[in-house]
Amino acid sequence: MKKILFIEDESALQEALGEMLSQDGYEIVAALNGEEGLKLAQTKNPNLIVLDLVLPKIHGLEVLKKLKENKKTQNIPVIVLTNLETAEDVEKSIKMGATAYLVKSSYSLEEVTEKIKNFFNK
Amino acid sequence: MNFKNILEQLNLPAQCRKYGLALWECPQFLFLIMGLIIILSILASYAIGTKYIDDPYIVALVVIGITLILIVLTYIITRSFERLAEANRMKSEFVSIVSHQLRAPLSNLKWTIDLLLSEKIDLEKEKGLEFLEVLEQNTQRMGDLISDLLTVSRIEQGKFVARNKNVYLKDLVDEVVKEMSIFCKTNNASVTFEPEEGLPQISVDPSQIKIVITNLLDNAIRYINTGGKVDIKLKKAGKDLYFEVKDNGVGIPEGDQKHIFQKFFRSRNALKKQTNGSGLGLYIAKSIVEKAGGKIDFESQEGSGSTFWFSLPIK
Repeated sequence: MKKILFIEDESALQEALGEMLSQDGYEIVAALNGEEGLKLAQTKNPNLIVLDLVLPKIHGLEVLKKLKENKKTQNIPVIVLTNLETAEDVEKSIKMGATAYLVKSSYSLEEVTEKIKNFFNK
Repeated sequence: MNFKNILEQLNLPAQCRKYGLALWECPQFLFLIMGLIIILSILASYAIGTKYIDDPYIVALVVIGITLILIVLTYIITRSFERLAEANRMKSEFVSIVSHQLRAPLSNLKWTIDLLLSEKIDLEKEKGLEFLEVLEQNTQRMGDLISDLLTVSRIEQGKFVARNKNVYLKDLVDEVVKEMSIFCKTNNASVTFEPEEGLPQISVDPSQIKIVITNLLDNAIRYINTGGKVDIKLKKAGKDLYFEVKDNGVGIPEGDQKHIFQKFFRSRNALKKQTNGSGLGLYIAKSIVEKAGGKIDFESQEGSGSTFWFSLPIK
C-alpha cells in the first residue's frame, strides 16, 4: 500500500486530494503544520511527501530543509505543492532537494492527482 | 539618517533596481545629474558675472542666489520623483500580496468543486454537506478580503466618509459581542464586558466604529490559546470615552510592535497561529479612529497577551 504524507494547512485541500487518492487505494496521512509533518514523516514512513510552503509555525522551505537533513526522512521524495510561484521559490525548493514543484492554481484536482500518482509509476 | 543609510543611498544601481526603474528614470540618478548641472551653473554664472559685473561682491551674491534657487528646485523635483517611485513599488507589492491571498481560498473552492463534480462524493451524505460548507466558508473568506481591500482603498482616497449619529458606545459594543458569540465559542474564549455606568452619547459613525470594535475583538479572540479570556472595558477618561480590550493570548513580539498598524503586516505570532488573515484590520481601525478625532494604541507582552485601546472625544 502506497503511503502519502500531506503537509498542508488548508484542510479543504487535504480533504479533496485525500479523497481522490484514497479512493484509488493510496493511504493518506495528513499534517496541518510543519512540526506535525516532521513528526509524522519520521514515524509513519511515507513513500511520498506533498508539502505546502505557506504554513503556520515553520515555513515549508524550513520543513523541507529539516526533512533532507534527517537521515530517516532524507530519501523520501518531496513534491512541493503551493500557490507561491516566484522563480526564487522554485529555485530554492529544487536546490533544497524537492523532486517537483507544482503550483496549485495551475491544475484541476484530477490533474494534480494524476501527477502525484505518476510518481509511483516512475 | 545614519551612515549606513547614506552609503545605501549612494549605491545607485541597487536603489534603481529597488524601484524597478531604468537608471535615467531613477530619482537618485536624477539628483546626481542635477548636482552636476548646479556645479556647472555656478561656474558659468561666475564666469559670466565676472565678465559683465565689476563689483566682486555682487558677482558672489548672484552666484550664491542662482545656486540656492537651483538647489531648492532640485530637492523638490527629486523628492517628488522619489515619492512616485515608492508609490509605484508599493502598488506592485500590494498586487502581489493580494493575488496570493485570493489564490488560497480560490484553490480551496476549485478543488472542492472538482471533487464534487467527479461524483466520487455522495452529496446527500454528511461528508457531502461538509464539502458544501467549505465552499461557503471560502467564498465568505474571499468576500471579506475584497471588502477589506475596498475599505482601505476608500480610506486612502479620502472617500471613506463618516455619517455621524449620536449613539451610546455601550450599545455598539453589545451588538459586536453578540455578533461574535459563535466565533467566541469555536475559539473557546470567554468574553466579559464591563462598561461604566452613565456614560454619555457620542457623535460618531456607528458602522465605522463597529468595524473598529469588531477588528480589535476579532484579534483578541483569534490569537489566544484555548481557554482564553477577553476583557472589555468602557469608561470616561477626561473629555474622551475610553475603550479597551485585553486578552491573554500569544502577544506581539517586541520587534513586530512598531509595524502593527501597517497595511498587510501580520506579526510572527499571528502567522504562527494561522496563515490566512489580511493584515488590514488594524490599519483600517487606526484610520477610522484617527479620522474621528480619537487615538488608538496598544500594549503587549509576548506570551502573556495584549491590550488594545482607543479613545474618542465626547462631542
